[in-house]
Amino acid sequence: MTDNGRYAVIGKPLPKVDAASRVTGQAVYADDMLLPRTLHCRILRSPHPHARIVSIDTSAARRMPGVHAVITGADLPIKFGILPVTQDERALEHEKVRYVGDPIAAVAATDEEIAAAACDAIAVEYQVLEPVMSIDAALGRPKDERIQDYGGPNNIHKLVALEFGDVDGGFARADHVREDVFFFQGNTHLPMEQHSAVATYIDGKVTLWSSTQVVHYVHRALAKVLELPMNRIRVIGAAHGGGFGGKTDPFAHEIIVAKLAMITGRPVKCTLTREEVFYAHRGRHPVLMWVRTGVTSDGRITAMHFKSALDGGAYGSYGVASTFYTGALQTVTYDIPAYRFEGCRVFTNKPPCGPKRGHGTPQPRFAIELHLEKIARDLGIDPVEMKRANFVKPMTRTVNWMRVTSCGLEECTELVMKASGYRERERRSGRGMGFAISSYLSGAGTAIYWNDMPHSEVQIKVDRGGVTAYCGAMDIGQGSDSVLAAVVAEELGLQPKDIRLVTADTDTTPIDLGSYSSRVTFMAGNAALEAARKMRALLVEAVEASGRKYEEVSFEEASVLAEARFGTLTTAGSYTPPKIAGPYKGSGVGPSPAYSYSACVVDLDADPRTGLIHLNKVWIAHDVGRAINPLLVEGQVEGSVYMGLGEALMEEQTFRKGLHKWPSMLEYKSPTFLDMPDVETFIVETNDPEGPYGAKEAGQGPLLPVIPAVNAAVFDALGIWVDEVPVTPEKIVEALRRRDKGEPPRYGPQRFPEIPYPPTIKVDPPPRDLDRAAAASI
Amino acid sequence: MVALEVNGERTELLLPVHKTLLEVLREDMQLTGTKHGCELGECGTCTVLVDGKPELSCLLLPIQIEGRAVTTVEGLASGSRLHPLQQAFAELGAAQCGYCTPGILLASKSLLDTNQRPTRDEIREALAGNLCRCTGYMKILEAIELAAERMSTHSPSPLAGKEGMGRISDR
Ligand code: FES
Ligand code: FES
Repeated sequence: MTDNGRYAVIGKPLPKVDAASRVTGQAVYADDMLLPRTLHCRILRSPHPHARIVSIDTSAARRMPGVHAVITGADLPIKFGILPVTQDERALEHEKVRYVGDPIAAVAATDEEIAAAACDAIAVEYQVLEPVMSIDAALGRPKDERIQDYGGPNNIHKLVALEFGDVDGGFARADHVREDVFFFQGNTHLPMEQHSAVATYIDGKVTLWSSTQVVHYVHRALAKVLELPMNRIRVIGAAHGGGFGGKTDPFAHEIIVAKLAMITGRPVKCTLTREEVFYAHRGRHPVLMWVRTGVTSDGRITAMHFKSALDGGAYGSYGVASTFYTGALQTVTYDIPAYRFEGCRVFTNKPPCGPKRGHGTPQPRFAIELHLEKIARDLGIDPVEMKRANFVKPMTRTVNWMRVTSCGLEECTELVMKASGYRERERRSGRGMGFAISSYLSGAGTAIYWNDMPHSEVQIKVDRGGVTAYCGAMDIGQGSDSVLAAVVAEELGLQPKDIRLVTADTDTTPIDLGSYSSRVTFMAGNAALEAARKMRALLVEAVEASGRKYEEVSFEEASVLAEARFGTLTTAGSYTPPKIAGPYKGSGVGPSPAYSYSACVVDLDADPRTGLIHLNKVWIAHDVGRAINPLLVEGQVEGSVYMGLGEALMEEQTFRKGLHKWPSMLEYKSPTFLDMPDVETFIVETNDPEGPYGAKEAGQGPLLPVIPAVNAAVFDALGIWVDEVPVTPEKIVEALRRRDKGEPPRYGPQRFPEIPYPPTIKVDPPPRDLDRAAAASI
Repeated sequence: MVALEVNGERTELLLPVHKTLLEVLREDMQLTGTKHGCELGECGTCTVLVDGKPELSCLLLPIQIEGRAVTTVEGLASGSRLHPLQQAFAELGAAQCGYCTPGILLASKSLLDTNQRPTRDEIREALAGNLCRCTGYMKILEAIELAAERMSTHSPSPLAGKEGMGRISDR
């Protein structure tokens, strides 16, 4: 299956290039920076979920000793947002607040305590408005006023209705049609590092160090709001303490410290408290889902209709993309010949939701995996075999125009089935195993700002035997620096530790769009490959011109010969994804140059008296295309399994009377060492035709199958369906109680609301076979 | 005036009484290897050793530990030679973002100092108060087991001593 023998570095389980600094405390995270004369910033936030701001009086705060600057929304009135279509946020609000935690004013002072006291001294007069706290409430007429002044009707943000192929015909052909409703509760990233940013303003230039995943988009937002040309702003990614999607938006505090540095002429630092991190959020959307599928009597899907309603929180964030994602990837695992998707995102008075590991796809994945389980049971056929019979094939296009190249679903399924002994599992009440599969993008095929420029660029410099690679990619702990070093080292015949790296700095590195949508290995990896191969060609040419063979000389000698021959040795490579989006509005969300695939089995014990679940073991197989570094791939897979188990069993972000119920690490439950079962990981290598050395993503996809596998295992153990995430003991006990009363053995939502979807846009499906499709459209 | 002994060095500091050990280490002593995730005693990230026992530095005041020996992550390595736990964490990928790592290293050191070859469940128990969001804990467990094995058999790390520029002929 593998041809790793060909490579000296690729495929080797090497330690990360920055491992030593991470285990010695030497890595410098944003909050570790303390520049001379640093001022500390605290932010005043709204105590109301929904209110008009009548007045803000900062005079008392300004008079306090140690306070150097106080700013409000009037100082930063320009709106920003990650997506060009939803520029709806202000760094500080001076007109209206939309969730508890919305920033209103900021103070820079000689220490944090003074800054906090000054925030307390700011008097804000509010006109309190009725908060909108649920999907149902947002769909109805607002009591006072709408949360945002765009979108609509009522508090609807976005509506989508798309149809691919003949859906009615597909249902007419079906021998069996089933409908189900599911709910996935929202949850948050909970990175261990609280967001932090430090800014300076020197020689008319702003420099910002931040714990961000996207230096480029922070750069854009700063330029817009501060009204400075991009060349007067430098954004540097500090050592990163975990993101998971939670540091993928430009944030208010990043803009605020830059503005305060410009005003005071001193470095300004802001580190969010843990409570503020819960308000910054951008986490998993709560999503209510309805799905209807038609199948033949032997379980082949004839049509699917999927509806989603996303509780977006107060602002747009990535929400338009999140909405499309809830409908985009159903088709890249199962061959669905006709497909209708209706999506809706609403505004509510809660912290804005956005992208969390799997962005918009774990919720529908959870729904369709359980839905197909139920259909198989209706038909009396084995769920695993039924799913398998519907698996997409490699080198095809889906009905909604997603281009599937390599696909290891079969191999992944086989591996976890065998290793877990799923088929031969012991049948006893209280013990269960569940199976599920999934797929995820290796980077979005279209950029957030549509243009024809590359998505990732790498430069390599060689001098006097030293190699430096420059790339905008941000290492957020996943090891993107190590991937860059591995690729360059492989091509030049060196080891990763021989490569110096300069990354995530908008002044010194060429662009990479950032660490989101699992794009870095694929895109920066391809850019690095191109730059490194060009460099190798220069070195080879120079060595051969001296009458020797490249393999016979040391790298130092080769570099001296090449520098003498060509002068400064620099090469560049870039990556632009192929144009593969379909011919319809919204087609930009979902296409990826390659999809990863995963399969998972969860083994658990569920106690019917208490509803408590004990996880026994998880088996997971992940088609990563090629493991550039299997140690890091395993780490990503295990981390994904962990995060999936947390979402499946305990993590939830909920509200009471407009207030976050548990904005602390103690109350927001996440798995500890004691909760985490052993995980057996299998890496499947399908050698993707376009990935660097065949590689695809590993950071997000493996989270997806874990959640439905847990719910399926609970059914296997107790014979009840919990059609909601998380599966808490109370829900299990309630479902058992209903079963004992003779009601359906199920806990979950009963209905999907009426939503005023627009007329459906009908899209003709593409030719299925990729070669013909490719010829027709690329 | 408070006298603190950190990583074997004695320092006298003039401090406001309510300043936590975490803040003093990071802000007054520039020992920023000690991290924080909550500052409320909930996450374990700020763990340091006090007389060899793991303590949450965000909940301690310097006057409470006057005269006792504090160890932070900066005190783990001997010069530039990594502690076997640090070495194993680096080799096995037990530090992804590395933010939880200092606290987990110190809690593990305290465990191995009292229990040379802990079982996996004993390690889980000892680290139950330390959250990590990146690794899923698996590689951390493996790294602690590897370090325990090496420390009890004194086998040197296979990676130690490999240095220098690779060769083209490596290919
Ligand atoms: S910082 Fe979280 S326990 Fe101390
Ligand atoms: S390695 Fe990132 S939190 Fe543990």
